[in-house]
Amino acid sequence: MHLTPEEWTAIHLSLKVAFWAMVGSLPVGICVAMLLARKEFWGKSIVNGIVHLPLVLPPVVTGYLLLITFGKRGPVGAFLADYFGIVFSFRWTGAALACAVMGFPLMVRAIRLSVEAVDRKLEAAASTLGASRLWVFATVTLPLILPGIIAGMVLSFAKAMGEFGATITFVSNIPGETQTLPSAIYTFTQVPGGDAGAMRLTLISIIIAMGALVASEYLARQAGRRLIVE
Amino acid sequence: MTLLVDVHHRQGDFEIATSFESSGRLTAIFGPSGSGKTSITNMISGLLRPDSGRIEVDGKVFVDANAGIFVPPHRRRIGYVFQDARLFPHLNVEQNLKYGRWFTPRRERYTDLDRITSLLGISHLLARKPASLSGGETQRVAIGRALLASPKLLLMDEPLASLDDARKDQILPYIERLRDELEIPVVYVSHSIAEVARLATDIVVLSAGHVVLAGPTADIMRRPDLLPIEEQGESGSVLAATVEGHDERYAMTALSTSAGRVLVPALDAAIGAKLGLRIRARDVMIAVRRPEGLSALNVLPGRIVSASASGSTQIQIEIACGQANILSRITRQSYDALGLAVGRDVFAVIKTVSFDRPNLALGTHRDGSF
Repeated sequence: MHLTPEEWTAIHLSLKVAFWAMVGSLPVGICVAMLLARKEFWGKSIVNGIVHLPLVLPPVVTGYLLLITFGKRGPVGAFLADYFGIVFSFRWTGAALACAVMGFPLMVRAIRLSVEAVDRKLEAAASTLGASRLWVFATVTLPLILPGIIAGMVLSFAKAMGEFGATITFVSNIPGETQTLPSAIYTFTQVPGGDAGAMRLTLISIIIAMGALVASEYLARQAGRRLIVE
Repeated sequence: MTLLVDVHHRQGDFEIATSFESSGRLTAIFGPSGSGKTSITNMISGLLRPDSGRIEVDGKVFVDANAGIFVPPHRRRIGYVFQDARLFPHLNVEQNLKYGRWFTPRRERYTDLDRITSLLGISHLLARKPASLSGGETQRVAIGRALLASPKLLLMDEPLASLDDARKDQILPYIERLRDELEIPVVYVSHSIAEVARLATDIVVLSAGHVVLAGPTADIMRRPDLLPIEEQGESGSVLAATVEGHDERYAMTALSTSAGRVLVPALDAAIGAKLGLRIRARDVMIAVRRPEGLSALNVLPGRIVSASASGSTQIQIEIACGQANILSRITRQSYDALGLAVGRDVFAVIKTVSFDRPNLALGTHRDGSF
């Protein structure tokens, strides 16, 4: 299968965007999952609602909200650009942000379930052995929720690979900067004679998705084996 | 070591108002289920914060509600052996054992892996995962893990409750060894009087969140009224004993006690070894003349010093034999038929076979409470 340089660029960009969306949202995802699973606080249902909002809103709406918040003239976007030089609008970083937001509820759900399954008595035991809260988290909680973290990462990555609506609304469809695989496929379908290109990229999408699933199965089994068997 | 607990805590409808002080080497907190035993150990360890009160170990204040002091569990250096063991499932036995050691400053470590694993007989398990251990092995690893953190006090919350009797008998000697060989004070929670009588130097009797009585084991064991109904038959006297000699032909061991010479089933103990001998009051018969043609081997002369009704049928009699007092429980009918009275000379008769293993607590009780 022969791919044009533009197609290679789209594949490379998609992988980069999905990777950073996954890695960037992971620490926040773990913190939010811990918070929702463990703490009772005022406004918890509101936080829970906001986290899950991208799951039920039309992606275009999420993209538009990102645009007016993180765009050049948006309050957060202007602040970040002025003080830290971080620009999201019409950049690949913006695509990563959109994908991270869209995949966030899936990641939080997976991690939260595994946090709720942790026997807190084990954490109490660790504290009587001299471990501070941070050490308890690092040596007991984190290893026990690892399968959930892996599942959350894979879901986030898969969501990012397929994200289309929010990305195209927020950062448009610029080849080489924000044109990910779905955007490229969409573009091919809009021009005469683009069917072959669309088909090639569709096959590539399927291969990447399958690869990610197989890898996650393998990782989860490795983590699970360390936990239960032997 | 002195342990001071004076706490008040409310959990729903259940109220704990407990105050006791103990400086024993093994203090048992004894009471029926639901009497607040685990809540109290959780407060000592710092896993539960009492509403008000004070907890001190060796003069160190861990909780003082008035002064707003609450030391978190990881700063207390109190080892905790849980009823459900709570080994870390993602670590193997060796990693579990070494877990607490890691958080202990090097100069404060007084235990090492080799010593603890051989003391507890778990050296061969190091590479195994907790899920593959038997119940008895799991508890021994849990004890080892707590000890390897070099704690200043060891809490054991019914560590044998989930085991069958055979397993219990396997682990009890290990607990006796750590009581006698390591210089760690132990707080041992149990609802089994046999365990408590065998292990404890001091007992705190708990009922519905309140301390009924606290004191040396020998004093508490004399009071059947303090024990739950199903355990009242276990009450009796506890004597300090020394191994005098062995009779290999009949597989028996002679002990010299403060009440006289007593024969028990053969013990695996060196001559001169000290131990605590528990004599259940219901196992002691009374004869007004030295009995003849009787199978019981232990006949100790003495004098009745007190008699008190225990329920409507029974009467508890205290007999001064030698330097010690032995308790006997007989029916009121026998008491009257024999014409017994305080001040009368009698013979206490004890069958050798009544000394089963739980009644023979090996080890020196250095503080002399036995």
